[in-house]
Amino acid sequence: MAEAPSAALHALQTRTDRAERRAPAIELSDVSFAYERRLVLRGITMRVPRGRIVAIMGGSGCGKTTMLRLIGGQLKPQSGRIIVAGQSVPDLDSDALYALRRRFGMLFQFGALFTDMSVFENIAFPMREHTDLSEELIRDLVLMKLHAVGLRGAAALMPAELSGGMARRVALARAIALDPMVVMYDEPFAGLDPISLGVIGQLIRKLNDALGITSVVVTHDVYESLKIVDYLYFVSEGRIVASGTPDEVRASTDSYVRQFVDGEPDGPVPFHYPAPAYQSELLNHVQ
Amino acid sequence: MYSEVTAGVTHGLRRLGGAVTGTVSRLGYAARFLVAVMWHSPQAFRRIGLTLREIYFAGVLSLVIILMSGMFVGMVLSLQGYETLKRYGADEQLGILVALALVRELGPVIAGLLFASRAGSAITAEIGLMKTTEQLAAMEMMAVDPLARVIAPRFWGGVISLPLLAGLFSAFGIFGGYLVGVRLIGIDAGAFWGQMQAGVEFWPDVTNGIIKSVVFAVAVSLIAVFEGYDSKPTAEGVSTATTRTVVISSLAILALDFVMTVFMFRGAGT
Repeated sequence: MAEAPSAALHALQTRTDRAERRAPAIELSDVSFAYERRLVLRGITMRVPRGRIVAIMGGSGCGKTTMLRLIGGQLKPQSGRIIVAGQSVPDLDSDALYALRRRFGMLFQFGALFTDMSVFENIAFPMREHTDLSEELIRDLVLMKLHAVGLRGAAALMPAELSGGMARRVALARAIALDPMVVMYDEPFAGLDPISLGVIGQLIRKLNDALGITSVVVTHDVYESLKIVDYLYFVSEGRIVASGTPDEVRASTDSYVRQFVDGEPDGPVPFHYPAPAYQSELLNHVQ
Repeated sequence: MYSEVTAGVTHGLRRLGGAVTGTVSRLGYAARFLVAVMWHSPQAFRRIGLTLREIYFAGVLSLVIILMSGMFVGMVLSLQGYETLKRYGADEQLGILVALALVRELGPVIAGLLFASRAGSAITAEIGLMKTTEQLAAMEMMAVDPLARVIAPRFWGGVISLPLLAGLFSAFGIFGGYLVGVRLIGIDAGAFWGQMQAGVEFWPDVTNGIIKSVVFAVAVSLIAVFEGYDSKPTAEGVSTATTRTVVISSLAILALDFVMTVFMFRGAGT
């Protein structure tokens, strides 16, 4: 009899754990956002299942990075719901938001390494800020993270001494320093040579699978993304215009997806910025 | 014609109104920013190493320019003062003239202006560049508040450094005055130091100088961190913010100095 409440509690806990595992890590429902009067996102709805890599793709300025900032709570939407790990991000107070962010890792477009700290210190930074680990343990953990991205030998270098690809790998090691639940990548492939590009892509996939992370990759590099992600969302003019698995995207006949995948200069995304008719503008000038 | 004039006046008034409301709004934002910095200050002091590092960068690295300037200002003051005092046969009062001018006025003001140019601009540029390169955003995403980790230590580093630098400026200025007055011109050393000792009071002369330097330190440090934190994340934005720090800090120091001097010395008979 005495064990009954404990067994019931255990069953309840198990059910809760299962439900939490089944629930998506990130869920956006009908999210709209505007910078002052400029509407950037319109009714975005998307799900990122746990343990998966989801890419958000689209042209420059279509609102991809804004979505990351909304998920991270740096911005608040005008309408809609953003749920991360079962918590409504826009409704969190400052302390709760910071507590949630401890379970996040983020790779910024150009690494955003702290320029006054060495590679080692950059990776040790979140550990020193959020844990009471001994210096010996921090050293071991930092070297482990650096080894995972192949840069253990660069621990003593300063960020200014790193190439673009190396800086991105160090930033990746820093992003996974505290074994986060979610890692967000903002344009991880931008400006990299082909070798670094492949290395970063493979690291994202391997680290995601090895550490059981959920990853959101914002990018416009379609070929590299199709190799590593589980699902893609295409965003244009603040709306999700297409989505699917890499195989579905490759086989898609959707005009926007085809333009993006094939790199066509003109299509649903026009080559010309909206302007009056060329002929009439030239004639007006002559007159 | 009438409508053009009306439109011109309306446009002018609109711009004036916009400038006034913009300035008031920015002042309000700066005040809220100061409150936020104060709120996060205990964290900066709990990890005193962060603040000590900023004292080194803002204070220790400014020592050369402050000490050299102080000595030259004291030497010039001694030369000019001697020429004037000699006309009235009061050249032995040179020590008190140099000391009062430096302790009450020139020490805090010139040290403040030099500090704004040397350290204030560097603080703004550093914070602005951290913002431009997304280092502050990265910190936020790592659940580390930049106000506690970056801003508050730099603010307090400046607040602690400037009064100490102003004191050193005055000390080296007096030493420069001694070199010129006693060693070069030949005024009696006993008279130089004796007059100074008898004529300079700790209250109000020295304390007023300390109060001024603390007020300038708060003003310059706040302006420097605020302009950096509020800068546009572009190369031009950082450059503009750095310029604004030097210009606004310099004007603030001179305006605050006038206001404080009025209150401190009015009716004191000095």
